[in-house]
Amino acid sequence: MNQNIPLLKKYLPLALGGIMLSASIGLMSTIGVTADKRHDKKAFSEANLKVDTVATGLTMPWASALLPNGDLLVTERGGKLRLVKDGKLDPQEISGIPEVLYKGQGGLLDIALHPDYKTNGWIYISYSSPKKAGEEGDDGGANTALMRAKLKDHALTDIQQLFKAIPNVKANVHYGGRIVFDKKGYVFLSLGERGQKENSQSLAKDQGKVVRLHEDGKIPADNPFVKTEGARPEIWTYGHRNPQGLIINPTTGVIWEHEHGPQGGDELNIIEKGKNYGWPLITFGIDYDNSIISKDTARAGLEQPVAYWKPSIAPCGITFLSNDKYKEWKGDLLVGSLKFAYLQHLTVKGNKVTKREIIFDKIGRVRDVRMATDGNVYVVLESSGKVVRISPKS
Amino acid sequence: MKLVFALLSGILFCSAIVPKQDDELAKSIERGKMVYSENCITCHMGTGEGVTATFPPLAKADYLMNTPEAAIRAVKFGLAGKIKVNGVDYDNMMPNPGIDNDEIADVLNYIMNSWGNSSDKKMITEKMVEEVKEKK
Repeated sequence: MNQNIPLLKKYLPLALGGIMLSASIGLMSTIGVTADKRHDKKAFSEANLKVDTVATGLTMPWASALLPNGDLLVTERGGKLRLVKDGKLDPQEISGIPEVLYKGQGGLLDIALHPDYKTNGWIYISYSSPKKAGEEGDDGGANTALMRAKLKDHALTDIQQLFKAIPNVKANVHYGGRIVFDKKGYVFLSLGERGQKENSQSLAKDQGKVVRLHEDGKIPADNPFVKTEGARPEIWTYGHRNPQGLIINPTTGVIWEHEHGPQGGDELNIIEKGKNYGWPLITFGIDYDNSIISKDTARAGLEQPVAYWKPSIAPCGITFLSNDKYKEWKGDLLVGSLKFAYLQHLTVKGNKVTKREIIFDKIGRVRDVRMATDGNVYVVLESSGKVVRISPKS
Repeated sequence: MKLVFALLSGILFCSAIVPKQDDELAKSIERGKMVYSENCITCHMGTGEGVTATFPPLAKADYLMNTPEAAIRAVKFGLAGKIKVNGVDYDNMMPNPGIDNDEIADVLNYIMNSWGNSSDKKMITEKMVEEVKEKK
């Protein structure tokens, strides 16, 4: 007993301090919670949104585009372009899609309407293009290509091949494939590294890049590596793994991208001319076989993500809620998750993400998320072969 | 010289007693490892442990080892709905990975002979994969 007294003396202040500290943390967090609750009562939330099915019966759908007349174009990864009219899938497919390599993660991929679609009718489509004679790369290989065409009844017309990523690679994975327009006359296409991570850092190859083209496929003279010897002139940014989300913030013009990273390293990035996003030199993830890819998460000259996902959610599809009807959510991002089959709502303040929450849990494997010209969000669900529309309840 | 001779005769001895199928199985497992890391690893994880109640395990999994045909069907056509693996319920969707029959055989040979699994030298062949039909 006597021996315990000095001990007590020694540790009493520490213990008291500890109690006070935890009490005050408790108090502070209580205040925080009440404030949040009060805020949440009137705030816009998942409960203010409804989900309507607009198309069923699709096979491995990848992306959708809403036409001005209300019809919906949907790509099926197997190589078909389908039309949804009055909520019914038209049994007749649209002709004119080129040969695609439907294998692994490859196939017919993204679709996007030109911002002036109403006047010029251009539809842009990306796909896994098998190696053609004379092209660089592996026999039996493929890489991502971009085309544009116009729609006449059930046919694509005026088909123009705009771009093909080089070299062709014989692997089943990482095609990227997202198309986005900046409304200044340029189109951007995201490209995966096709399973060859070191080539993300090579400016001589299109793997693991975002490229920038004129809308007719010509290469802009002010692209960052046009004058760099040995570099491919279409490159806008590099050091990406498998970017399958690309969107321009309609109010700021800033390009946001997300990419599938290794285990625990999916990233959300802001895309800026000529920058290196670090794959595989830096990453927050480890390889899926649990090996270390890089011990570094940061290095001088390499960009940091705005946010990263640990564990990985396999992000696929991203959109800005740029419509007043989303109230407090206006200006925020929605991101799809293939792996966990939900959407995430990301609160955006300037170029930062301040909060992430899961919405519509178990909606299905999300392949594409985009706000269309009607202000509603169209979500493509891969495994269930559906497109659903998310809109505010009236 | 003696060492080289011993080595050579050792190799000769081994290749004589190891039947041809084992050799083929070993090659298939090796190819299957690549297929696994490209198509399966993100959900079923590096050592086949899966994610409990979300993505079923493949390591020492009764579903897989007891009914190889069901495993072939899952890889060939994808899988949706409720299944029970090692006493745990799973209700999720596995997409069709879109790979050829020979790759399906390779990846299953890899899975069935990794992380404590053993197919007892039995091999899944391309022909076996071909014969499995989708359940409607």
